Amino acid sequence: MATNIELRKIVKSYGDVKVVHGIDLTINPGEFTVFVGPSGCGKSTLLRMIAGLEPITGGELLIDGERMNEVPAARRGIAMVFQSYALYPHMNVYQNLAFGLETAKMPKAEIAQRVAKAAAILKIEPLLQRKPKQLSGGQRQRVAIGRAIVREPRIFLFDEPLSNLDAELRVQMRVEIAKLHNDLGNTMIYVTHDQVEAMTMADKIVVLRAGVIEQVGAPLELYNSPRNLFVAGFIGSPKMNFLAATGSGNAVNVAGGTIDVGRPTTGTVTLGVRPEHITLAEGSGVKLADVRVDLVESLGGQTVIYATTADNQPINIVLEGQRDVALGTMVSAHIDPARLHLFNAEGNIV
Amino acid sequence: MSDATGLTVVTGAVSPTRKRLTSILIHVALLSASVLMLYPLLWLLAASFRPENEIFTSASIIPSSWSIDSYIRGWNGLRTGFGTFYLNSFIISGLSVIGNVMACSMAAYAFARLEFKGKNFWFAMMLMTLMLPYQVTLIPQYVLFRQLGWVNTFLPLVVPKFLAADGFFIFLMVQFFRGLPKELDEAAQMDGCSPWRIYWKIILPLSTPVLATAAIFTFIWTWDDFFGPLIYLSEMKSYTVMLGLRTFTDSTGESDFGGLFAMSVLSLVPIFLFFLFFQRMLIEGIATTGMKR
Repeated sequence: MATNIELRKIVKSYGDVKVVHGIDLTINPGEFTVFVGPSGCGKSTLLRMIAGLEPITGGELLIDGERMNEVPAARRGIAMVFQSYALYPHMNVYQNLAFGLETAKMPKAEIAQRVAKAAAILKIEPLLQRKPKQLSGGQRQRVAIGRAIVREPRIFLFDEPLSNLDAELRVQMRVEIAKLHNDLGNTMIYVTHDQVEAMTMADKIVVLRAGVIEQVGAPLELYNSPRNLFVAGFIGSPKMNFLAATGSGNAVNVAGGTIDVGRPTTGTVTLGVRPEHITLAEGSGVKLADVRVDLVESLGGQTVIYATTADNQPINIVLEGQRDVALGTMVSAHIDPARLHLFNAEGNIV
Repeated sequence: MSDATGLTVVTGAVSPTRKRLTSILIHVALLSASVLMLYPLLWLLAASFRPENEIFTSASIIPSSWSIDSYIRGWNGLRTGFGTFYLNSFIISGLSVIGNVMACSMAAYAFARLEFKGKNFWFAMMLMTLMLPYQVTLIPQYVLFRQLGWVNTFLPLVVPKFLAADGFFIFLMVQFFRGLPKELDEAAQMDGCSPWRIYWKIILPLSTPVLATAAIFTFIWTWDDFFGPLIYLSEMKSYTVMLGLRTFTDSTGESDFGGLFAMSVLSLVPIFLFFLFFQRMLIEGIATTGMKR
């Protein structure tokens, strides 16, 4: 059932403006792939080209080895869940689910059976006679997913499906979509700008910027080994700290101090440190810098410290548990050198 | 004035008597304006029930004696009965409504949703037709229809409506369709719909307010149209209600004003009923197509 998708040098232009610049990507059968990136990076455009809603300017799209560039959306075996749900307002939930099957001229009995099955999976049986306006955001989202399920597609596409939900519902639906993937086993592509969604749901994350893939990999691979400054800054919350530094031999000079990074470095570099990898305890790792505490956020399970180095570079620290840190005091930030990331002047990993 | 907390307290409460007086004055003013506006209609209604000799002798809106003679005389008084005029008007107005709603919505759907060569050019051309006065195209149209042999038939009054000739309604519908979320079309596209099925199954059912608006105005304007039927219809048996009303007044002989006023009142009834019916749809349409995300 699971399907393979291959993108070969995919290009998208609107007139003279090129927005997607030759994307090469393979999505393996049954994989949950997340396209992530800031607004305007081309992630939705890429998804819409795969869906068949946007013509492909150049390159080739293959689904199970078959060229799909000219195949209409409905014949690609793809179902899509839209950001705004796009439920037909004048139809009730049953009609919304059945519409695609009626269009395909499927026998009524089979339509009823498929709708019932999808409704049972998504637990929306009591809602079948309601109109979309009588549903809550989460219920609408379920119906939108149900509309995709009934078609029994080869591939599911999700275009920022949770962005209209409140924080609590978003977490709940995130879990449900992940479960759905486990149950159905279909190939799924999910577009989001929320890196937490990407990290928690994906088998594979594709980080995009300005129509170009910056890095492809498993969530922890991207977290542990970002290829460049952009990926390092985009993956992880709170964002990775970037400190201007100068390399000299195996050491770097940063924030008035020197750290042995265990690899040869020269010239201007950027030192990347994740806030959660910094400690204040003496003796754990090496001293990164003495920093002044500007603000403390106590979240209960974590304490977030916003601080400044001696050379006025901002640095954030996330500490486990509840910590009593006074504002304006100087504290000593420590780090395990193995968890440091070094980027050269071009922003690439050293 | 400041209270103990230092906040300024506003003490501008209006007394109940003054409030009531203002309300009475406003109501009196509004009622007077309403009476002023309704007076001609009420006078017409009263005149239609007055005996012929009293019509122009009283300005009152209540007849001294009630009579339906004018209605009987008006309905049967002409060579062709008024029922025929009604039927003709209903045929022309009904077909115009169907034609305008269907054809204009299809043209508007194409402009709002489909991509085709020269779309912007044709849209601009359509907008330009809005700026042309009716009288400018009247003569070329007449020549065309005469060559087609359509003069003295309903065709010149009806056929153009099926060809999306009314730029105003196309523009109105284009604006409405553009307001419908494009994702609905895309979802339907993913569901396997052709552009025609998207138009028929998604766009039209969601457009009842604008379709009702187009239907109401087309019916009223066609029903009330005097000039078009005057140009194209010459035989009395094909006259519309508006042309029929004209035959009650005669510059050379005797005019039947009682019959004229009675039939004028009756001519308003279909418009009133049509408006009532479609106005409900218009409100329902707005209420049920809430596109809240």
